[in-house]
Amino acid sequence: MFRFLNLTLNGLTNGMIYAAVALALVMIWRATRIVNFAQGGMLMFTTFIAWDLAQVHHANYWVALVVAVVAGILIGGVAERVLVRPVENGPPLNAVIVTLGLLIFLQALAGMIWGNSQAHSYPPAFRFIGYKVGDRTLRFSPNDLFIVLSVLVVVIALYVLFQRTSLGLQMRATAFNPEVAGLLGVRVGRLLTLGWALAAGLGALVGVLVAGTSSGYVTPVGPFDALLIYGFTAAVIGGLDSPGGAVVGGVVLGLILSYADSYISNFIQTMYALVVLIAVLMIRPKGIFSRTSERRV
Amino acid sequence: MADELESPAGALIAPTSASSTDRFGVLSRSTLLRHTLAALVGFGVLWLLITSFSDYRNSSWIAPIAFTVCAAAGLTVLVGLSGQISLGHGAFMLVGAYTLALVQEHWTTSHGNLAMIGLLAAAAAGAALFGALVGVAAARLRGPYLAGATLALALGLPTLPSYEKLSGKLGGNAGLFVSSPNPPNGMDLYRWQSVICCASAVVVLWVLANVSRSRVGRSFRAVRDDEIAASLCGLSVPRVQVLAFVLSAAGAGVAGGLLAMIDLTAGPQAFPLSLSFGLLAAVVFGGLGSLAGAIYGSILITLLPLWSQDITDALSVHSHKVSSNMPLMVYGIVLTVAMLAVPNGIQGLLRSLRLTLAPGRRR
Amino acid sequence: MKRMHVRVALGAVGVLLATAACGGSSSGGGGGGGGSGGASAPGVTSDSVTIGSTQPLTGPAAPGYSEIAPASDAYFKYINSQGGINGRKIIYKYVDDGYNPTQTVAQTRKLITQDKVFGIFNALGTPTHEKVVDFLNQQKVPDLFVASGCLCWDNVSAHPYTFGWQVDYTVEGKILGKYIAQKFAGKKIAYFYQNDDFGQDGVKGLDMEIPKNMVVSRQAYDVTNTDVSDQVSKLQASHADVVVSFSVPAFTALLKLNMLKVNYNPQLAVSNVGSDPITLSGLLEAFAKQAKATVNGGDLIQGIITDGYLSSPADPSNSWIQLFQKIHDQYIPKLPFDGNVEYGMAAAYTFAQALAAAGDNPTRDSLVKAVESGLPQGPGLVPFRFSADSHAGFTGAQVGVIKGTAIKLLGSPQTTDDGGGAVQDFSGTQPQAPSNGIPSSG
Repeated sequence: MFRFLNLTLNGLTNGMIYAAVALALVMIWRATRIVNFAQGGMLMFTTFIAWDLAQVHHANYWVALVVAVVAGILIGGVAERVLVRPVENGPPLNAVIVTLGLLIFLQALAGMIWGNSQAHSYPPAFRFIGYKVGDRTLRFSPNDLFIVLSVLVVVIALYVLFQRTSLGLQMRATAFNPEVAGLLGVRVGRLLTLGWALAAGLGALVGVLVAGTSSGYVTPVGPFDALLIYGFTAAVIGGLDSPGGAVVGGVVLGLILSYADSYISNFIQTMYALVVLIAVLMIRPKGIFSRTSERRV
Repeated sequence: MADELESPAGALIAPTSASSTDRFGVLSRSTLLRHTLAALVGFGVLWLLITSFSDYRNSSWIAPIAFTVCAAAGLTVLVGLSGQISLGHGAFMLVGAYTLALVQEHWTTSHGNLAMIGLLAAAAAGAALFGALVGVAAARLRGPYLAGATLALALGLPTLPSYEKLSGKLGGNAGLFVSSPNPPNGMDLYRWQSVICCASAVVVLWVLANVSRSRVGRSFRAVRDDEIAASLCGLSVPRVQVLAFVLSAAGAGVAGGLLAMIDLTAGPQAFPLSLSFGLLAAVVFGGLGSLAGAIYGSILITLLPLWSQDITDALSVHSHKVSSNMPLMVYGIVLTVAMLAVPNGIQGLLRSLRLTLAPGRRR
Repeated sequence: MKRMHVRVALGAVGVLLATAACGGSSSGGGGGGGGSGGASAPGVTSDSVTIGSTQPLTGPAAPGYSEIAPASDAYFKYINSQGGINGRKIIYKYVDDGYNPTQTVAQTRKLITQDKVFGIFNALGTPTHEKVVDFLNQQKVPDLFVASGCLCWDNVSAHPYTFGWQVDYTVEGKILGKYIAQKFAGKKIAYFYQNDDFGQDGVKGLDMEIPKNMVVSRQAYDVTNTDVSDQVSKLQASHADVVVSFSVPAFTALLKLNMLKVNYNPQLAVSNVGSDPITLSGLLEAFAKQAKATVNGGDLIQGIITDGYLSSPADPSNSWIQLFQKIHDQYIPKLPFDGNVEYGMAAAYTFAQALAAAGDNPTRDSLVKAVESGLPQGPGLVPFRFSADSHAGFTGAQVGVIKGTAIKLLGSPQTTDDGGGAVQDFSGTQPQAPSNGIPSSG
């Protein structure tokens, strides 16, 4: 029972992280119909900025976090304007290749600036030693609680932004039908940029959160790549058009991976993700939370 | 998704009016003849290249380009012709490599180089079988959902050999050993590997060129262009889509088998996600749906990292951080800039050049 | 329209031809084959010898290990500044393989076919180098002093050109195992190990000395997955008092972190390759701030049991440490002077010994013969086992504990074999470093 509790808490924490990445991917998908494969690279890069501030220049944890998020917003906005805009209406595969190119570029740039040879550890925000229950220690720490809560807060904030503000209404309108939205006076281009910027900012937050866990190291290539895959899997499970689905998909994936890791084998983690994905898609080809399937003819 | 995949018609397999003339037996037989002739000429030229090249060029250029062509050609048929997508073609290469290794392990024969043809055929068959399985699932999926599923496949499958219950048979993370092909007298190993790879590439191209010009190829294009219209014409859309996956996977399987034969090993880490992405980049950069484009793209993604490494070495950049990341950076920049500058790939560029230079030839 | 097919096929071939024309002229020399002919061995000129290596300069094994090749290079540069070996400078070309076997294959092939190196020196990693050892022997390329303690390098009949250097993991496992079985008699013991030949060879050695009924849990990890929390939970649930780890430094650090997280504090014992104190404390630095009252990463690793076969870098009275420190300060002052740097220089010293013994006109075969006729132990605490029948390196190691930023050696060095032989104390002494720091020939 103690083991099951541990696995559940562990799965929940990881799941919230996958959920946040999934949400970032869904935001970009809704805005520009592009799956952003550079998401992992972008959040790796901003995490390195935070690491440089916190560990090299001894900045305060929160200052480093804020700078990383701001840097993420800038990188996301610039990437959309400069790289993605020209391929937005082209063949969809070209956009995939452009985001892959950006991913590779960011990995190389990070390697040039900070080097590939060392794995850098990153300070957690709070104590990373687990809570005590009786004489036993949970695999769940104040820092893990912080991760869960911060993602939750961001998800709620985004929900409010999309559902309760006029900016959110415009963004939803743009996602639904850019041409009509444009005719109605919505400045579509600006909103697309904003969508990318917000998503990249969210990614930056995730990067810093993950770096401070006991399985996170900051390196140009490595742990952050897996984040994109799990995030994408979570988004597809939920349905790429559904922000709520992304969050549910993330948590479900986190829990399943955690249980399977322990009860079956921890060498085939990505295999579980594949199995879950295929199982869901065979039943619901457009994810759990897809609306009635419409096919563009 | 399907309609958005309208490709720049590749020269080799352009959806042309020729399809109507193919019904005449004589002409379609001559298509076969023509392809065979081209294949023979192509292999002859490659033979000259192989024998004149150094060990280094054979082992680092020719052989890798040739096996990449096998996989990229398969992928371009899938993506460009049938309108499906695979972000995980490396998984089919992996299946090909492991099939070859396992068959070799359990099959003792004295036929040496003849057996090699059998091993490569087994690699193709193993991957094709797996392709059929994936294709059945894929036929239900569209666009980003199919992309996501194939991506998870490319990431998940390489972990399987580490699974405790399989690691005994599949060699765990270290993989399986593959014994080297024996060069005939008077030829060194690298040349022989290049010959095998090039011959395989020519065969794969020949098969795919013929298939794509056949009724099967036309059914691929029909499904790509409009699934509903295709099914109204009596085509079974899922069946056509599965067939495309099978063909495509077989090409990748041959590529994986060749890779294993060159590296003397079939291991999971030979098939990272970056391999699958590289293949996709090759077919998009070469020009979607075109076999010639697959060749250009394979040359590019194989040589670009090697050359940027050589240039970096020649510049003798002092900082190791910078020099070690330079090839990666050049690769990333070239991919991005190429997509922005030449959205239809090399084959599309050549076609528009041809149309500009000789407008009269517009059909 | 139809003629296009042929044209396209020819066009594609044309591109290949063009690339061939670009650089066809540079393809000189046959290279490759055996090195039996006089002074014209590949990679050897009248004033230089070029050797190559694959190293994890990036990737999961890079922390710590990425210092090794620069340290070897520093030692070679030092030799070169003194006139080289037998009048030849040593040019050391090491390339990154990211601890990825596929990269190792490609990079090694490039070193042999394009750079035409004389031999491969100190290529690092068990799972990586396993993939090229057949190829190197097929090509009759000397493959000296592989930087890995896998038993597999010592296989004279299958791999006559390959030699180990460091103590093999099974011998290490036996020496650590004997110490632990005696010191912690009656306690519960658990293993944590990398799921490849590195970890498995080590466990094999441990099992020869630690009675099976003392071992309560065996947890393996995969280098591609940094989440080891579940393995740690299982170790904790087994209530092991001692955890023995055969891991690379990054995973030793992850093990320690995850143990801290669940407040599980068994005695840790870590094999030599995963226990460099300076590397470990660097990896743990940021977490230390949030752990209990400690203030630096070094505090988290005090008292870890390990072993070594070279002198401690923190022993300034040792003549080898003095030599290496001097070279370090002159050529690579930016790197920490730790066990990895010492390792790289010591291996380079052994190579210099072999090259000096290979004669005035070294060939690939004469180099192999030189090692097979035995080499002095040099900076090692124990002798080498090199002979025509054995290609294994150091014969043993000495148990120690991490104290401060260094390993404090305990008792005396011990030697054993990788079979059923007993672990015995070694009574010989370490020779002094030569005054000019260069091995003499012959």
